[in-house]
Order: sequence, then structure tokens, then C-alpha cells
Amino acid sequence: MSQQEALFTYCLRQADDLLILSHRLSEWCGHGPVLEEDIALTNRALDHIGEARNLLTYAGQVEGKGRTEDDLAFLRAERQFVNTKLVEQPNGDYAFTIARSFLFDAYHLPLAEALTKSSDAQLAAIAGKAVKEAQYHLRHSSDWLKRFGDGTEESHRRAQAALDGLWTFTGELFVQDDLHQGLVKAGVAPDLIAIKASFDETVDNVLAEATLKRPVDGFMASGGRQGKHGENMGFILAEIQYLQRAYPGAKW
Amino acid sequence: MSNNPNNWPLWEIFIQSKRGLEHKHVGSLHAADPQMAIENARDVYTRRQEGQSIWVVPAGAISSSQPEDAAMLFDPADDKTYRHPTFYTMPEGAKYI
Amino acid sequence: MTDLTILEERFQAKIDAELKIEPKDWMPEKYRKNLIRQISQHAHSEVVGMLPEGNWITRAPSLRRKAILLAKVQDEAGHGLYLYSAAETLGTSREQTIDDLLSGKAKYSSIFNYPTLTWADIGAVGWLVDGAAIMNQVMLCRTSYGPYARAMVRICKEESFHQRQGYEIMAVLANGTPEQKEMAQDALNRWWWPSLMMFGPTDANSPHSAESMKWKIKRQSNDELRQIFIDRTVQQAEVIGLSVPDPALKWNEATQHYDWGTIDWSEFNNVVAGNGPCNKERMVARNKAHDEGAWVREAALAYAAKKLKRKAA
Repeated sequence: MSQQEALFTYCLRQADDLLILSHRLSEWCGHGPVLEEDIALTNRALDHIGEARNLLTYAGQVEGKGRTEDDLAFLRAERQFVNTKLVEQPNGDYAFTIARSFLFDAYHLPLAEALTKSSDAQLAAIAGKAVKEAQYHLRHSSDWLKRFGDGTEESHRRAQAALDGLWTFTGELFVQDDLHQGLVKAGVAPDLIAIKASFDETVDNVLAEATLKRPVDGFMASGGRQGKHGENMGFILAEIQYLQRAYPGAKW
Repeated sequence: MSNNPNNWPLWEIFIQSKRGLEHKHVGSLHAADPQMAIENARDVYTRRQEGQSIWVVPAGAISSSQPEDAAMLFDPADDKTYRHPTFYTMPEGAKYI
Repeated sequence: MTDLTILEERFQAKIDAELKIEPKDWMPEKYRKNLIRQISQHAHSEVVGMLPEGNWITRAPSLRRKAILLAKVQDEAGHGLYLYSAAETLGTSREQTIDDLLSGKAKYSSIFNYPTLTWADIGAVGWLVDGAAIMNQVMLCRTSYGPYARAMVRICKEESFHQRQGYEIMAVLANGTPEQKEMAQDALNRWWWPSLMMFGPTDANSPHSAESMKWKIKRQSNDELRQIFIDRTVQQAEVIGLSVPDPALKWNEATQHYDWGTIDWSEFNNVVAGNGPCNKERMVARNKAHDEGAWVREAALAYAAKKLKRKAA
């Protein structure tokens, strides 16, 4: 695999995480637990979409075949999406949605911070913009996780169940395959061992304050980065891509 | 307004749009705690870069003058025009005053 | 003269002098009730209005459209919130107001009981529904109750992109493939008459109008606003090559307005009575969100109380 192909895939990995997570969050729009929180979640969805668009556009440029952000978002099939399984998990209850975002945010913030020092100027620029958003996201999801963990008995139970259910999907965030290792050597991508250390620290601190238990590392699901998703993924794409697939070539 | 302890309290929101300007009342919202009130205010009242600083105040903590006292409170200032610079006659030709 | 008459006369004199009424001012009970009804209906409309548009967020045909639609629906939530906040200055709690919506006691704009069937409906809703709403809202920026007027100024500023994004969607579709153009025309056909109904009953049949005009809650009549909307929108439809579904529509040189057909008020009344295509779905959705959010709201309160206690200790 050439460096260019590796960079293309690396852009897609990040973009797809953000695109699919924003899709899940946008499903809440109009259905949030309280109006103020409805607005907050939509802000997150918008931030994620914004970063995904930057990354997809750049991926298209790196690939050099003239594909646009929309071509990449709407005309790739399930097996060509390389997001982690974490972000494709259905919303569940609000604790599940918050816990899913928290785990992602705890990974996304140190990743974005590290990427600001990437040898790839464009990736560094995109990350530079994302850092501030990611700081806010992590604050928001941490605050809510604490409210749930240390709130009522019911909210504690729901938050713990959400973490327990999601934990198996966290391993995939930190897998460094050959592609990734090549990019680390080239100074493009950060070493995920450092990102994992930051993730662990955040998780431990927040869960302690939230009086929640960190789930034990057991079987870690994987496959998303290779396009081997869960069954949900097809439905997500059927929804996202419906119009572009039904009216090929039309402009919107 | 709501006295039901099961509801999130009401907060009055003040936004400073630019450094150097005053914080201005923009409206209210509900939140369980001050931190949430600030975060909600950020999302509700500064979606279009309207602010650079936020104050949140529990609505119940604000005391207000009563409309029926308005005459007593504010009218006595009516005839004290000597508090304004335009009250004074300056000799012709004087500069920088 | 009784005290009450004196108070009422003073109140009316303020209104006539274009002085805003503020929350702590004395106001006739009917003025207060009328405002609470109107502001909370308006707030509910913003919040219920998120549903038909939210219906297409996950299926928006491009990332640009998706971001725009998300931002727009989010604005509606914000506008609902500004209005609930204005209603609260009249002494009614958010909870009470929302309970009235969820129990079916309070009304919201009937337009949101129509379904968004195709993507073109998102264009039509922005162009026509927001277009009609803006006419009303611009007028309400000058309404006599201060907090309501201030909320409307904020809303109008933010709404200005809503109608434009809808019209842009329609323009692109109307100039697109034959299928897209058909989709756009079909959406216009379905949304045209319900949009005209948004201005409310004719002046002759409007129960709250006279009082609202006297108190300057409303500043222009339903029929006046409806006519301006028609005049503007027909021209906009022509520009993008779509036709307004009214065979009686004709420019009148003498009045300098369009003459137009008749609204089917039986349809309007039927939807108001709860028999629109989506009345039940809308209420189910709002109730579900509220019920499923109960434990979330409780948890946040419990946590805040614990934190406060620890701080005090």
C-alpha cells in the first residue's frame, strides 16, 4: 500500500467515526429528554459533521480521483466504511447515548490534540479546529456521566449498564495495524499507545467521580476498521444514502 | 416561577457580546445546576457567536423594583438638569471644555 | 369610576402610546390569558415543528443539506425555548405549559400535522411554512408585551435563513431532473393551501382578533398578512418555474394584488379538531420524549442537590 493510499484510508477512518456518530446523535433531534439538551446534542452532531466533511474532502483530494465529500459519504457501500463499531451502536436510552459519546470523546480529544502536530499540514489544520470542539464535547459528556452515576439509583444503574455494554467496543479505537504503524513512522498519525494512556486517565477520573465501575477488559470487538460491521450498519447507510441511491447523478 | 421541586430551576441569562461591553439580559432557561445553566446558555443563546462571556443567575435571586414605585423612584431626577453638561453656558471661544 | 376601570384605562393609554407592557406591570386578566395562550401555542408550534423536518435529517441528500437542516431544526428548539421563557414571565411555569401540550389541552399550529413525504417537502416547509410564519413573526416584533417582542426580534434574526434554505432546495429541484421537478411541484401542491391556512380564520371569523388588535398583541389582520404572503410567493414560484395550485389565481390591476380561490375551511377545522394526517403521531412523539426523559431530569436534580450538600458540608 502506498503512503497516499494509507493516508486516504486514515482520513476515512476518522471521517467515518464522526459521520456515523453524528448520524446517531442526529436521530435524537426533536426527541431529547429536555429541550435544552436537545439543542446541546444537535450542536455535537453539527460539530462532528463539520469535521467529517473536512476529512472527507481531504480524503478525496488525497485519493486524486475527483471524489467529493458527498461521493465518499453517499456512494460507498457497507464494506467500504471503516468506522469503529462503537459509533454505529444504536442510541439506546440517554445513558447509553451519553456513555457512547463519552468513550468516543475521551479518545477523540487526545487524538485531535496529537494530530495538531501531524507532519501532514492539512490533517493538523483540521485537528486544530476540532480540538476546541472536542474539549467541549468531553466536558459535556463527562458532566452528564457524573450526573447519571451519582444521581439516582435508576440513573446509576442505567449508566453502569451502558458502560458495561459498550466497553467491548473500546478496544478497536486503539488497534494499530500495519497501515497505522506506517503513518506513525511518517509522523502523520500519533502512536495510539499515548492516546490510550490519556483515554485511561480520563475514564478513570470521570468514572471515579461518577461512582461508576470501570468494566473489566474482556473480549474486544473489532472489524469495523476493516469494513466488517454489525448488522446495524446496512440500515444506517440505507437511510443516509437513500436519495443519492434512488436518483443517481441528481444534484441537490 | 415553578415551585415544584421536581423541576429544573429557572435561570436568567446574561451575555457579554464583546470584551469591554456590559453583560446584557437575553432571556432564561432551565438547568439543574449552575454549570449546566452555563452550558445550556452557550448552546441556546450563543449559537451565532453572540457571546464571549456568560452569567447565569437563579431567577429567584433577582429582586425587582415595582412598577407602582416607578414615579417615586425615577421622576425626582426629572428636574435635576444641572447633572447634564448641556446645562451650562460656556463663554464663547473657550476650547476643549 | 371603579379602580379596575381606571387601571384598564391607564393600561390602554400605555398601549396607545406604544409603550411596552413589562412583566410586573398591571394588566387585564384577559390580556394575560390571551398572551399566555398565544405565546405557549407559538412555543409548542416551534417544538412540534421540529418533528416533520427532523424526519428528513438522517436522509438529507448531501452533507451540506444535512448540516443546514440540523442547524435549522435546532433553531426551532431554541425558538421554542425563547418563547417558553417569555411565557414564564407571565407567571406560568414551563412544566405547566408543556403539560397542557402533552395532555392535548393546548394547541399548536395545525400545519405540523401534515407529513413530510419527500425531500421536496423540506424545501416546501422552509419556503412556504417558514415564509408564512415569518410574516406573522415580523409583525410580532412590535407586539405590545415586552418579553414577547424581544423573543420575536431574536427569532426573526435567526429565521431569516430558514425561508431562504427552503426556497433554495425548491429552486434546485425545480431545475433538476424531471423527477425532481415533479417532486417539487407535488410538494408545492400539497403545502400551498395548508400554508394559507396558517394565517388563521378570515378576519370575519377570527374569535380573538379584535381584542388582540386593540391591545396591539397583533398589529395586522389575518387577511392582510395572507394577501401579502400570496403576492410575494406567487412571484417566487414563477421565478423557479413552479405553478401555484389555484386555478382562480389572477393578478388584479385595480387592487395591485392577486385574486385567489377559496380555502377549504372544513379541512382546516378537521385538522384543528385532531383529525389531521399526523396529529396522533406528533403527540405520541412528544409524550414519549417527555416520559423517557423523566429519569434524566430527575438524575440531574438529584446530582445537583448532592453537590450542593457536599459544598455546604
